[in-house]
Amino acid sequence: MTAVRNRSATPVGAWRSAAVLGLLALGAVVVLGRAFQLQILERDFLTGEGNKRHIRTMEIPAHRGAIVDRRGEPLALSAPVESIWVVPSALLESPAHVTALAKLLNRQPGEFSKYLTARKDRRFVYVSDPLSPAEAQRVLSLKAPGVFSEPSYARYYPAGEIAGQLVGFCGRDGNGLEGIEKAQESLLAGHAGERRVIRDRAGRVVEDSGEYREAEPGDDVALTIDLRVQYLAYRELKNAVAKNKAKGGVIVIADSSTGEILAIASQPGFNPNNPAERASKGTRNRAIVDSFEPGSTVKPLLVSQALELGAFQPGSLIDTTPGVFKVGALTVRDVHPQGVVDLTTLLSKSSNVGAAKIGMTIGAEAVWSGYQRFGFGEPVYTGFPGEATPVLRNFKEWGQIATATASYGYGFSLNALHLVRAYAALANDGLMSQLKLIRDGRTLPPQRAVSANTARAVRHMLEHVVAPTGTARRAAVAGYRVAGKTGTVRKVAETGGYAGNKHQALFVGMVPVEHPRLVGLVMIDEPSADGYYGGLVAAPVFASVMQGAARLLQIPPGDDAPTVPEPAARTVALPQVATAGRPQT
Amino acid sequence: MKRGELMVPLMLATAVFASALVVIRTKHENRALVSELESLRDEHERLDMEWAQLQLEEATLAHNNRVEKIATEQLGMTEPSDYVIVSADR
Repeated sequence: MTAVRNRSATPVGAWRSAAVLGLLALGAVVVLGRAFQLQILERDFLTGEGNKRHIRTMEIPAHRGAIVDRRGEPLALSAPVESIWVVPSALLESPAHVTALAKLLNRQPGEFSKYLTARKDRRFVYVSDPLSPAEAQRVLSLKAPGVFSEPSYARYYPAGEIAGQLVGFCGRDGNGLEGIEKAQESLLAGHAGERRVIRDRAGRVVEDSGEYREAEPGDDVALTIDLRVQYLAYRELKNAVAKNKAKGGVIVIADSSTGEILAIASQPGFNPNNPAERASKGTRNRAIVDSFEPGSTVKPLLVSQALELGAFQPGSLIDTTPGVFKVGALTVRDVHPQGVVDLTTLLSKSSNVGAAKIGMTIGAEAVWSGYQRFGFGEPVYTGFPGEATPVLRNFKEWGQIATATASYGYGFSLNALHLVRAYAALANDGLMSQLKLIRDGRTLPPQRAVSANTARAVRHMLEHVVAPTGTARRAAVAGYRVAGKTGTVRKVAETGGYAGNKHQALFVGMVPVEHPRLVGLVMIDEPSADGYYGGLVAAPVFASVMQGAARLLQIPPGDDAPTVPEPAARTVALPQVATAGRPQT
Repeated sequence: MKRGELMVPLMLATAVFASALVVIRTKHENRALVSELESLRDEHERLDMEWAQLQLEEATLAHNNRVEKIATEQLGMTEPSDYVIVSADR
């Protein structure tokens, strides 16, 4: 206390105040200088650095469009999913959680922890396929250390294998890899948007900084198929392939006047929702990407051309005895020699000799141009990736043998849609519409293949194929008049030449005969159970699908429909219906 | 110093102060609205997702295969052919 009392003793030197002032001035200069440096000299750099920390360019994801059928039923949809990822080293510290997580993800705990240990050095490991948001929530609620989820979109195919080969599928990054998903990629994909935003420390967006580009979601693509008909067709085809122990099969149903394809399916199939099946043979849409020799199914087209040229009349007679016809080194044979036949019998009994004789009479050029008129020389232009192009050599390269074989459908190849399109022309009174898979409002004008009279005459001849005496009585549809043609095609063997025991059973037809609405093709590849004839194997599939399709699409039966075939009658017991609450009378 | 001479700077200072407050307020409102817009966009997104999920669910439940299974196995229904003889005796 006493030491403080002497403060007024000596006067202070002037240098001290000068020193204090000087220090203060120096301090002020330093502060101002620093301010100058920050505010003026390094301003741009610092603003940039600041913006980097809270201005972000965010991507606005664009949703991929859906693929729907003609009635709006979804065939491919994007839905949100969560992918679970872990930091292995963090998770491994808590073995209880490893076990719990493995259980939720349906993995063996031992195998799962080995999996994690092997990846211990990594900071990021996916441990599951994409899960639904609800399942992901269950995983996250374990609160295991180092387990996170990442939201994304996955593509779902509600129709599954029913329309699998047509719709195709997307890869992991969401790009279409097969089918319509690939063909319509540019429409479906859309464009991601972008925005620059200011975010606060917690990551919330607090301000838009003006730059904003809206995301353009992908468009929906509507197909021409009707899922109900597609289901029916697929189910019947699958059953038939299984029953006949066949290698595969194809079915196509189309609207004959508009050319819209209502159902297109093939076997073997695959489930697009299961990534493991995506490499299988089932992904091929065999109706479009595979070609084959059409065999007897082209005979009606040959007959149309012969009628069109006037070389033959519907009543013309052709002598097919003795069921063998030699053209150079080639011997054309009929399975059952028919004797003298008219054109109707030729078709209904499917005489190769008769067809070859017509072909030889009208000549190579006429046969060739007839097929050209039915579009066998050009692609179908469905826009489907990998469409098989037809192989029909120019008639100038045909010799006698090629002309004869071409008359009954060998020596050139087509895909199934070519046949459907050609038969649609017969069904549509000679006007051939382009086949369509996508309902985009664009229609090409139909082309005339043959005259209406010829088309009608051939349709009436084809009705006899389905009659009890024809090759395809099993194609009859109760209540409707059906026209069609069978084909039993020998397949080309791998060693060259034709394999004796490998066939493709075909049936192409239309319903109802007078004013056809539907055209259908069924092909069963290498049936190996009971028989292999088109009328035996393919025709029943056609009948059951057309029966259902006609009902679904409300196609009225013709007034002059033949009476019901006998096996259709069935006895059904009335179901017991509860009548409680009804007054007793 | 006269009173009038002091008035002008004082009024200007008040005006500057007031406008500064309004700027702060506007900025704040802006941010509030942006964050509301943001949450509405999130909501939109969420509803979109839900819609996709519901569509998927509907398509799964209405799958022809499932409907057919239930109709034939649980409800004992059959596809009628166009000609059926129904026995009336019970």
